[in-house]
Amino acid sequence: MSQVKGQSYAMTTMESQPIDIPFSKHILGNQLQVIIHEDHACTLAAVNLWYHVGSKNEAAGRTGFAHLFEHLMFEPSKHFGTTYFELLQRAGGQINGSTNTDRTNYWELVPSNALELALWMESDRMMHMLPSLTATAFETQRDVVLNERRQNYENRPYGLAIVALTEALFPPGHPYHWITIGAPADLRSATLGDVQTFFRQFYHPANASLTVAGDVDPAAVLDLVNDYFGACPAGEAPPVVALAPAHATASRRVLEDRVELPRLYAAWLTPANFADGDADLDLASDILAGGKPSRLYRRLVYEERIATDVSASQSSRELGGFFAVAVTAVPGVGLDVVERAVAGELETFAREGPADDELARAKALTETSFVSRLQHVGGFGGRSDQLNSYNVSLGDPGFFTRDLDRYRDATTQSIRKAAAGHLQPGHQVTLSVVPAGRADLAVSGSDMVRVS
Amino acid sequence: MSTPTRREPPALGDDQPVVFPPVTRIRLTNRLAVWSVERRRLPFVSVSLLVPAGSAIDPTDLPGLALLTADMLDEGAAGRSAIEIQEAFGRLGTAIETEAASDAVMLSLSVLPRHAEEACALVAGLVMRPTLAVEDFERVRTLRLNRLRQLRNSPSAVADQAFMQAIFGTHPYGHQPWGLTHGIERMAIADVVRVHEAAYQPASCTMTVVGSLEPADVARIAESAFGTWARPAGWEMRSDLFSPSATRPVAWQEVKIGPTSFPASPAPHASASRVILVDRPGAAQTELRIGHVAVPRSTPDYHALVLLNAILGGQFVSRINLNLREQKGYTYGAHTAFDFRRLAGSFVLQTSVQTDATADAIGESLGEIAAIRGERPPTAQEIDLGRATLTRGYARNFETTGQVGRALAQLAMYDLPDDTFDRFVPGIRSVRANDLTAVAERHLHPEGLVVVAVGDRAKLESGLAALGLGEPVVTTVDV
Repeated sequence: MSQVKGQSYAMTTMESQPIDIPFSKHILGNQLQVIIHEDHACTLAAVNLWYHVGSKNEAAGRTGFAHLFEHLMFEPSKHFGTTYFELLQRAGGQINGSTNTDRTNYWELVPSNALELALWMESDRMMHMLPSLTATAFETQRDVVLNERRQNYENRPYGLAIVALTEALFPPGHPYHWITIGAPADLRSATLGDVQTFFRQFYHPANASLTVAGDVDPAAVLDLVNDYFGACPAGEAPPVVALAPAHATASRRVLEDRVELPRLYAAWLTPANFADGDADLDLASDILAGGKPSRLYRRLVYEERIATDVSASQSSRELGGFFAVAVTAVPGVGLDVVERAVAGELETFAREGPADDELARAKALTETSFVSRLQHVGGFGGRSDQLNSYNVSLGDPGFFTRDLDRYRDATTQSIRKAAAGHLQPGHQVTLSVVPAGRADLAVSGSDMVRVS
Repeated sequence: MSTPTRREPPALGDDQPVVFPPVTRIRLTNRLAVWSVERRRLPFVSVSLLVPAGSAIDPTDLPGLALLTADMLDEGAAGRSAIEIQEAFGRLGTAIETEAASDAVMLSLSVLPRHAEEACALVAGLVMRPTLAVEDFERVRTLRLNRLRQLRNSPSAVADQAFMQAIFGTHPYGHQPWGLTHGIERMAIADVVRVHEAAYQPASCTMTVVGSLEPADVARIAESAFGTWARPAGWEMRSDLFSPSATRPVAWQEVKIGPTSFPASPAPHASASRVILVDRPGAAQTELRIGHVAVPRSTPDYHALVLLNAILGGQFVSRINLNLREQKGYTYGAHTAFDFRRLAGSFVLQTSVQTDATADAIGESLGEIAAIRGERPPTAQEIDLGRATLTRGYARNFETTGQVGRALAQLAMYDLPDDTFDRFVPGIRSVRANDLTAVAERHLHPEGLVVVAVGDRAKLESGLAALGLGEPVVTTVDV
């Protein structure tokens, strides 16, 4: 147990009351955005750094590069000869990073006595990573990433479905046409020269947002950040990613995989993160497929017993989102039967909207999980990551209450309208994943696809 | 503040002590243990009920019975259907989670404090008055069998099962809590009823409550939810349960499922072969497990083994991960662990590697394990790093109500002393180099390591045969 130093946390979540995560925001002379959140509940300090670059910024033929680059950021930098891990591990820190379509984040969660070390290390790699990078390290990390792809996609049941789904949903030329891990051939053709260009374009203060949170003194933090990051040259804000029109082209595809039970994916293009309808569709996904009382579970798994599991999600991102339903059939049932049942439920839902009780439960569950995530000061999804997320997406780190209000304000009518507007029959991409040689189980009229 | 210099890493400030929060321990009159920690950072409460009925009590011919029993609790109880139960939890903004390990089952949920009382009453309904209807049982059994069908294509699930079977044999530690197809097929609702009657008893369970509730509220809520849970006949005869300090459940030894009782510790299992190959034609990678039977959580060597493992493969900067990932690029990650349980668990190295590097990765792994207890014992620098990592990072384990709740459950599950978490940091600091050498010799057995590889036989077989561990046994695994 970390020592409890402060008083109780000034936060409440009684209906419609604000969620108070106090913070201050500063912009350094080199355009680095800095957010500081003080909370002495635990003797932990969180450093969280977002670079506004993801796989959407990649060029065709070089997919997977933003994520490969993230791996390289953990190699030695000018002033520390070891990998990024050793000194921070010695300080009792936890370290990680991740890349998605829109952004790359890095974080350190350290005992608060190691805050300065974490800032020293983050600023060193922002300024001095390039000259230290060797060809050997580059090639080794490329092998590691190829193995990451094998482990998490190629060798995992249904693991390549997301590749096929993404390619079908977003047309060629759209920055979301490929998944973040990239294509193996593209990873193999990446060069050290690409690394230099990428670093100069995207890894600088004008494209970054830094949050420091936890058991810290805000004035001292600001001094330290100025000392360590202030000398970093500003760089130029990277060009805005051109958005090829994404329109819902209905298609039916089938993918063979090493699985025993066929699975249906139905997906629609939907609004971007924080856009109108986003929160409504998030709630809709819960009402349709979250837990036993959900409509799809109740009908397909509990009553008709034609499916063994169901799930649904609204994956909203910066340039757009998609809503996907996934249903695994029981042995002996083809996906035509499953698709008809799903379509029937969605049609009813889009016509009638949810019942009051369904919506009340979905809102209550949303509120609990929202508060639950905020228990963590650091790490993925913790307060520091969330402050950065709101800042990079909306320019307002303190969007917490308004974010939760998007859900609190949803009505049965707004959800009905979002479902009717965005989950239209005839506009969806349908993907059947079937055992090898069993295309007969797929939704009728599907075209066979292959993914690398 | 002096202007920092870039040349040297900034010094750390003083280490701050890690102090586990005070725990309030009470027993209800039916002897249910209720352990709570008050924490008011956020309006949030995490509740769990630990039942000493994990997969270790599965009868030999019914692997999976304990978890299936736990899964039946929310399929109908206290006059509600499965759907109605989840709707009731949903209105409180929560859902019940059922988790099984080999040594226990845990029901848990997190909820805003204003709903805590109602949520606990719902949980009590599940454990005290489950319907256990045969039609629900048949539905749940079918779902489990379909889940197992899917797992047959998961390389990691197949590798885990092959490994546990190889080292634990027919001991119940030799299967996962979700069981095996042949066991699930053979089960009847009567088996579930039998487990529920034998194992779901207030005197053997522990309730944990962590969050923004005062101890008096916790006591009131626990009493109102669980107070009417009947104490089984015969418990009055056990005088050792009534000592004044007995706020602990007396659990595992008492659970008897028909002729089966909690098993004896697994003996190191003499596997027919040291190399087991499960064919997965065309696999993109090889899934590997390398290990043997090790020690229970109660081992006096616990702190030394935790430190030894950190150096060998328990953290990012460790011998195995640096070798296989950072130097060779064979894998996305490799790590080792001592899986401490009530009885002897396993030591295992876990990784998945590219196919053409499989034999080399196994050779390197065996070499590292042998070296740390032989020609390359932990260096002073490694010991220093491992110690610092484990002790300075310890506070992170107790940030949330859920984490503190899990810590309490561990105390109950392994019968650990109340000051276990306060003793961790001094315990790790006091481990010396010769302690590490001694525990490596006692608990790592290079000559007894079993290697499981799930991958493309055509590409692997000759390389595995050349490892010098005997001919690989090609087998299939019944998940």
